[in-house]
Amino acid sequence: MANPKADAPREGDRQPVGISTALRDAGFLALFTLGLSFPILAFRTRQDLTQGLVLDPRWELVATVVAIAFFARLGWLVFGGTITQAATAAANAIGQSLEPVAKYKDWFRWAGLAVLIAYPFLAVAFTGASGALKWIDNFGIQILIYVMLGWGLNIVVGLAGLLDLGYVAFYAVGAYSTALLSTQFGFSFWICLPLAGIFAAFWGVLLGFPVLRLRGDYLAIVTLAFGEIIRLVLINWVELTNGAAGISGIPRPTFFGLPFNASDDGFAAFFGLQFTPLHRLFFLFYLILALAFLTNWVTIRMRRLPIGRAWEALREDEIACRSLGIDTVTTKLTAFAMGAMFGGFAGAFFAARLGFISPESFIFMESAVILSIVVLGGMGSQVGVAIAAVVMIGGTELLRELTWLKSVFGPQFDPTQYRMLLFGMAMVAMMVCRPRGLISNREPSIVLNEKRTIGGDLVKEGHG
Amino acid sequence: MDYFLQQLINGLTLGSVYGLIAIGYTMVYGIIGMINFAHGDVFMLSVFIALIIFLLISSLVGGLAIAVALILVLIFAMALTALWSWAIERIAYRPLRGSFRLAPLISAIGMSIFLINFVQLVQGPRNKSLPPILDGGFVIPVGDGNITLAYKQILIIVTTAVLLAAFWFVVQKTPLGRAQRACEQDRKMAALLGIDVDRTISLTFVMGAALAAVAGVLFMVQYGVVSFSDGFVPGIKAFTAAVLGGIGSLPGAVIGGLLIGLIEVFWSAYFSIDYKDVAAFSILAITLIFMPSGLLGKPDVEKV
Repeated sequence: MANPKADAPREGDRQPVGISTALRDAGFLALFTLGLSFPILAFRTRQDLTQGLVLDPRWELVATVVAIAFFARLGWLVFGGTITQAATAAANAIGQSLEPVAKYKDWFRWAGLAVLIAYPFLAVAFTGASGALKWIDNFGIQILIYVMLGWGLNIVVGLAGLLDLGYVAFYAVGAYSTALLSTQFGFSFWICLPLAGIFAAFWGVLLGFPVLRLRGDYLAIVTLAFGEIIRLVLINWVELTNGAAGISGIPRPTFFGLPFNASDDGFAAFFGLQFTPLHRLFFLFYLILALAFLTNWVTIRMRRLPIGRAWEALREDEIACRSLGIDTVTTKLTAFAMGAMFGGFAGAFFAARLGFISPESFIFMESAVILSIVVLGGMGSQVGVAIAAVVMIGGTELLRELTWLKSVFGPQFDPTQYRMLLFGMAMVAMMVCRPRGLISNREPSIVLNEKRTIGGDLVKEGHG
Repeated sequence: MDYFLQQLINGLTLGSVYGLIAIGYTMVYGIIGMINFAHGDVFMLSVFIALIIFLLISSLVGGLAIAVALILVLIFAMALTALWSWAIERIAYRPLRGSFRLAPLISAIGMSIFLINFVQLVQGPRNKSLPPILDGGFVIPVGDGNITLAYKQILIIVTTAVLLAAFWFVVQKTPLGRAQRACEQDRKMAALLGIDVDRTISLTFVMGAALAAVAGVLFMVQYGVVSFSDGFVPGIKAFTAAVLGGIGSLPGAVIGGLLIGLIEVFWSAYFSIDYKDVAAFSILAITLIFMPSGLLGKPDVEKV
């Protein structure tokens, strides 16, 4: 890593490294790792009884990290060529074996849809009624919210090429308008849902208007600033939003007026079923599934409308776009409004699902996570965004399940602490390995002769 | 009057810290056109490093003069933070050079998430507070009141001024600074003329991180308390400072930092402390919308 002669291995032209060079190189990296881990890893600060800070040395941890760095580097230098070759061969073999499968793409699509629809039932079948709560709520609903947010942001970032780092603001607008309308005016969820979308779209236009002239990173930063301003206002405007304490007691969504509770006029009683909390989860799952598919369907249809084509044209070349008479102001604002509206829908769902919201849920990190899902999936690719959401959100949620690691690392070991750490590392690693995202091919909306897919690197990322 | 002067001093102190962080943003943006999102968290990491080194020094050699201890802390913190920044650039940004524009941004956000959670994991989620390091100050009578010029405020302003002068010398007069300015103008041409562009960019990150570490040490002396989440807001404000001063311009970053510090302090003093961050973010948005090249920046000319 530190030796410029040995780094940046490229397939094919790797020279075998002599063992002494490898040892020296690995030793250097170990020394470097030691420098990095001193002092942040070597000493843990702790408040003692007199409230003074004391240091607990942890040299065994540093030794472990340094040893791992040394042997990993050594192993890579000695066997790296073989590993790379084997990995390439395996990837090729998998690619070839998948080739005949590609013919059944439609079939796969329907099978995937069937699995999605059957998911709550499968969860109940495999894990039983009490175990399924977690699988439907933490996995199914949680992932689908991010899929929906990813698809919504994909309209702004992936299609129109406008880099938005404050998307969570619209999510917050949707959630807070639902919370306020339902707790203050007693509106039901089904009235709040469209209203939340409208409010969010309105805010999308409002915030989109001043940033029309900005491009690239500047647009990203201003949207970030707007997102933070909205969050800070939500915290500080206590009379309206109850500040950092948040709003609780938001009514849950009902099934055509039937609440999901054990009462006589509840859902279970009406259909003559035994009451279980699963009913509400099933309902929420299908609700967010429907909302996500609505987002997807509208996006796909929009791409065929003149406005959708204008978005993509804007992403490809703004100047050419303007020369051809496309009104870039309307185009950009509709993209903002459209993306914001779906964010607002998701926010309304979020508020109604938990019954409680606070500004804590709308921090910048959420925007960053949603944007990373869009970029990691491959901008503009609907399937890619869904896969990225499953991998990133599902993957980190899955860490909660790794309790068996406790038996390896001792009872103090808590895998959930590593969730966001691994999330950050995964973001870096995926960007370094696949900067254009997981799904690297696109189907252009407009084709000249025959429909075919193109590489994702041919698609521009937009200026805005 | 005395209240005003007191706030002016407080604002300049805070602004110095922002200015030092802002330089890291502005240099990196100038040279590779990338917003280094992890820079605020590098600053937070440097505060932790400084804190631990300070505790280590005071426990190993008690009774050391505070000035000597602080200089040692400063040197170690600068070196170790620079090492981190070098590693971050090497792992997360260099492989993405020449890749599409969003990739390094996402990678930087990932790095930022990593750093926050890394520090939280290895140092624990609680606030770390030190007893006051440098107490006391000069009390100057002004009109019918007094203003206090704390020793640590003097330390902050003087250290900032000295290091900025040194830094200015490096950028203006040394071969490294020349290489940096050349890379900023045209990276490809600089490479053709024999400049090691990768090394220059690495050193830019190193220098930015070293200045962030200076800000970190000063932050520790001034506030004496830090938590793992303290990187984001100072980072954004320092970025605002860099934008306000004109991104890519070094004196601009310092002036922007001082302005942001002053605005924040005066806003809290005369209006409302709740909305001081809103003020900073609004300035960021307004500057970018109406004056994208900032106070001292060069206007961005677009060629078609």
